[in-house]
This record gives sequence, C-alpha cells and structure tokens, in this order.
Amino acid sequence: MADLLQLKNVTKTYVRGLLSKTATTALANISLTLDDEKPTILTVAGESGSGKTTLAMLLLGFITPTSGQIFYKGQDISTLSGSDRMTFRREVQAVFQDPFAVFNPFYTVDHLLTVPIKRFGLANSKREARNLMNGALEAVGLDPNDVLGRYPHQISGGQRQRINVARALVLRPKLLVADEPVSMVDASLRASILETLRDLQKSFNVSIIYITHDLTTAYHIANSIIVLYRGSVMEAGDVDTIIKSPQHPYTKLLIDSIPWPDITRRWGETEIKAKETDYSDQTEGCKFLARCPFAFWPCKNTTPLFRLSEHQAAACFLFEEKPRIEMERLTELLPM
Amino acid sequence: MPTEPILKVIDLQVSYYTDAGRATALAGATLSLNPVEKLGLVGESGSGKSTMALAMMRMIKPPGRIEAGQVIVDGTDLRTLSDEQMLKARLSKIAYIPQGAMNSLNPVIRIGAQMVDAIKAHDPKANKADIEERCLQSLESVDLKRSVYKMYAHELSGGMKQRVCIAISILLKPKVIICDEPTSALDVVTQRQVMETIDRIKDEIGAAIILIGHDMGLMAQFVDKVAVLYAGRLMEMSTVREMFTNPKHPYAIALINSLPSLDNKGVFQGIPGLAPSILRLPSGCPFHPRCSHVMEVCTKEIPYLKALEDGRTVACHLFSDKA
Repeated sequence: MADLLQLKNVTKTYVRGLLSKTATTALANISLTLDDEKPTILTVAGESGSGKTTLAMLLLGFITPTSGQIFYKGQDISTLSGSDRMTFRREVQAVFQDPFAVFNPFYTVDHLLTVPIKRFGLANSKREARNLMNGALEAVGLDPNDVLGRYPHQISGGQRQRINVARALVLRPKLLVADEPVSMVDASLRASILETLRDLQKSFNVSIIYITHDLTTAYHIANSIIVLYRGSVMEAGDVDTIIKSPQHPYTKLLIDSIPWPDITRRWGETEIKAKETDYSDQTEGCKFLARCPFAFWPCKNTTPLFRLSEHQAAACFLFEEKPRIEMERLTELLPM
Repeated sequence: MPTEPILKVIDLQVSYYTDAGRATALAGATLSLNPVEKLGLVGESGSGKSTMALAMMRMIKPPGRIEAGQVIVDGTDLRTLSDEQMLKARLSKIAYIPQGAMNSLNPVIRIGAQMVDAIKAHDPKANKADIEERCLQSLESVDLKRSVYKMYAHELSGGMKQRVCIAISILLKPKVIICDEPTSALDVVTQRQVMETIDRIKDEIGAAIILIGHDMGLMAQFVDKVAVLYAGRLMEMSTVREMFTNPKHPYAIALINSLPSLDNKGVFQGIPGLAPSILRLPSGCPFHPRCSHVMEVCTKEIPYLKALEDGRTVACHLFSDKA
C-alpha cells in the first residue's frame, strides 16, 4: 500500500500580537493517511473557526504546520523542490468556496484553463490544448461551446464553479481539496455539482477532501467524515453511522440543528441546549467544554479518542469505558 | 375567526432600466400576511426575492423603478406616503434586515449608540434614560447581555452581531419584519438559535415575518407559508405542509425533489437547465424551457396566478381549467 498523503501529528498555531503574544490553535494534532490505490471522498466538517480551511491550506502547501509533517507520496511537502514540487502542485488541486472571486473579470474563462496547460506544458499544440479543455469541460457536464470565449459575468455561478472543477481536472490531479464548493451556489444547482464531483472520483480515480459545514451534502457525497471543533477532532468515522447516530454531544447538537427539508422531522427534537459563549478557552481539555451540557470534571484534561465501533470514535469522556484509540490511528476508523 | 391581514402586497411590479433594455425584476407579485404569520420567500439567485423586499421598503434605487402596485401595511399604503412619511414608516411599521446585515454595524461606534440613533431619528423628543432603557430591553429580548450596549461590533461573534441587528429592527415594534437570508453566514447551531429568537420576538410584538432565502430546509422548519419566485414571478404560494408534501407547480416539484434527504443516499436530482436572465425571458411561462410538463400554450401565454380550491395559488397552465 502506497500512501498518497500522510499527515503526522499536524498542529497549526497562529500567533498574534507583538508584545503580549496570544496563540490560537487552529488545528491540533491531526493525523491522517489517504491511500493511493483506493480513492475516496473524505468530509471534514465543522463550523466557522473549526480549522477546516486551515487544514485545506496546509494540504495545499500554502502554509506550513507549526509542528508535525505532511507527506505527499512519501516526501515532506515543505522540503519539496524542483520537479517534485511541480508534480505536487499539479497533482493536488483545489476548488474554492467563492466561484466569483477566482475569475479575473478582464479575461474570458478560457484564461483560467489555458494558464495551467501552458504552465505545466501539458499540450504541444493549440489543438491539443483545445482538446484538453473541451474534454475537461465535458467531464463536468458543460458544453464547451456554451462557455468558452465568454466573460465571467456572462455565466452563472453554477457554471463558474464547474469551470473551476474542470480547471482542476485538466491537470489530472490525484487529490482534490474542495473547500465549501457548493455553499455559494443555488440549491437547485448544488445537486448537480456534487454529482459531478462524485462521478469524477469514480471515473478519474481522484481522492477528494470535501470541506464543508453542511452535513446534508456531506452525507450524500462522502464515505467517511471527520468532525472538527476549534481545531480538534470531535468525532470521526463512517458517514452513515455518524449522521444517523452521532454520539459526541457536539456532533449531536450539530446534526440536530440541521434544518432538514422535511416537515415530519422537526428541528431540535433531541433536547440539547448549547450555551452560547463568548470566551475562548485555552485550556488543555475538551474544546467544547464551555458549551457542553454534559461537561464534568475529567473534561478539563486532554480528551483522547474513544473507539465506539469499528468505524466510529468520539473524543469525549462520556465514553470513558470504551477502548482508547491513538490519534495516529485515526485513519483506521475511516472506511475508504 | 380570520384576522385582518397586516400586510397586503397587490400586483407589485419593479423594473430595472438597463442599457440592454427594460428588465422586469418583479412582475405583479400579490400576497397577504396575517399578524404573527411567517412567510418564506424562496427562489434562485436573480429570481427577484431581494427586489421584492426592497420594493416593499420603497428602497429600490435607480435604474430600478416601482412601476405599479400597492404595499398595504396595517391599513396604510406605503406607496402613497411622502418620502418624509416613508422615513418614519421604516422601522416603525416595516423593518428590513438586509443580507449580511451584521457586517453593516459601524466598527468605530458602540452598539448602544447605533441603537440610540435609530430611536432618535423617529422620536427626537424622547429623553435619554428612556431611550437607553428601550435599547437595553431590546437587547435582552434577543438573549444578549446588557453589557453588549457598551461594546463594539468586533467584540461580538457572528451570531451575536446578527442578534444586534434583530434588536435594532424591533426597537420600534414594527408590524412586518423582512429578514433577507438572516443566517446564511452562520453555522447551523447558531442559525437555529437565531431563528428561535426571531420566532419568539415575533410573538412578543405581534409582527409578521417575511423570511427570504433559498434554503428549503430552513423554510420547512421555520415558516407557515411558502411563496416560490421564479424569474420575477410568483409561481406558487401555499402552506409549508402542502408545499413539502404536495407541491403543485412543476418548478416547485423540481425544487422539492432536488433537496437532499436522509432516505435516499447518493441520489442527486438537480433541475436541468439554467434560470433565464430577466433581460431575455423566454416567451410565455418563464419556466417552460426547463419544465417537464411543457405544453404548447406554455410557450405562448404567460400563466397568471390562479387560486385553487384549498386557498393555494399557482401560476401554471396545468391548473388553468380548474377552480
């Protein structure tokens, strides 16, 4: 088994202030392995401030971890150089949240596709480049005649986001980091973009890390899920199990708060009242402590993961009697 | 006993005059709302949701223009008011929480001062202690501490800022509150808390709520009635139960079917095609190019809103002969 991507105890801390330094831990001690042979869709879920975008930035090599290492095909990505770096840049692609901000309004949308082709020398002739572009656009369900040659303001948000996926696809990536790819797209178009992503994973053998706060879409697209809260893993495992029977108080609250488009399933059926808190705790203990209705004394200590079943683990002392599982073995919980 | 509607919108029309011609952003929207009722206004981007809200507030700016229609709040037609009177009516009769309102709080002025401003504009003679007390009460009623009064916007979280905006909107106890995607920037847990606050406030002051958004899930959980807009036209209006269990208009059906549910994992059912630009509307029914029940008449005649037996209204030729 070859590892496509491996995170080893990755922590990212942002330090702020010149004289009185305050540190915010955006991501604490994450270990994760993706297999090269078995492409999968992994969801990283959490609310704003949970560290999900920090994780995306780390994976893309835009920022370096404060401690820990990230390996891509066995090589530490912070020390990549020359051709290895180019390969990494080509094979790990991103789709960002805002389909409006990534386009330069002065260029036609072709620009977004031709630049990577030129940059990585993927085509020897104009015709070849054209074929590549057409192929990628068709793969995401767009008619090249509809979009090529147009300016960004002439096409819809859904089309733009698909072009972003097509851009990533032109480069034949191994890993796609999709940071909230559908949160700014209309509900009626969301379904088709997610379907595109899932088809790509199957037909092009791309692993996708789907970063979102929307657990409904996560449920439909992903195989496994990691729920983050303030940089720490709260619960991880099989997406079906976690969405249908969440165990950690935070995940329970999160899933209970989803407004399901179903009038028979009312909001807030399970009575978990979260306290809204304005204090950010810098304690060693559970990050959810301040809001948790079940908090008791052990919660002030570092919370390990407790394995509830083969594909589910929660970082909560309510499950103290269950076997512990080290953070390094997080991947075992995730069905690929 | 049926109560008198607090809000009646009759045949409201808005156009934008652009270089490329006149675009009808809202074509004859009609609806009515009782006190403490919650209406959801849904549609894709560009369907005229926000235009409708702005038109009700008389805040459409050139090149846009309200062409026709009435907006009757508590017996007064807002369109007949002078500009001066309209200024007074905003916030006291009809309040509007725009999209991303929480980012509109002034970062260099304390929250309290911004609230005092709003009261002073409507009631210049009120005494200072009285105003402050009203602001503090308003903050408390949205579950914020009194200390927020002396804080700045950057000291508050997103959910708290959104609550401040709600607190400002209820200062003068308006009859109608229009919320334009009040929670789109908040995570689900905070979203639920904010929506619960709006719900409680509405009962306390007896206001009607119009919730604008495209999150059908939120609509299912929150509103009583749903109005579906498409390309500036009202397509269907019915109670939330009927909308989710038995939608009538083909667009409403497609919209409901495109929603993810817990039962059929991995089934995605999008709506084929794209929403038309209001500058180049197709002839007849604007939805006909994407409609699965398209008939010949749909390409020629615009369907008008028809009332069905059970009090629902639908604009579709499929239902033309009935009722």
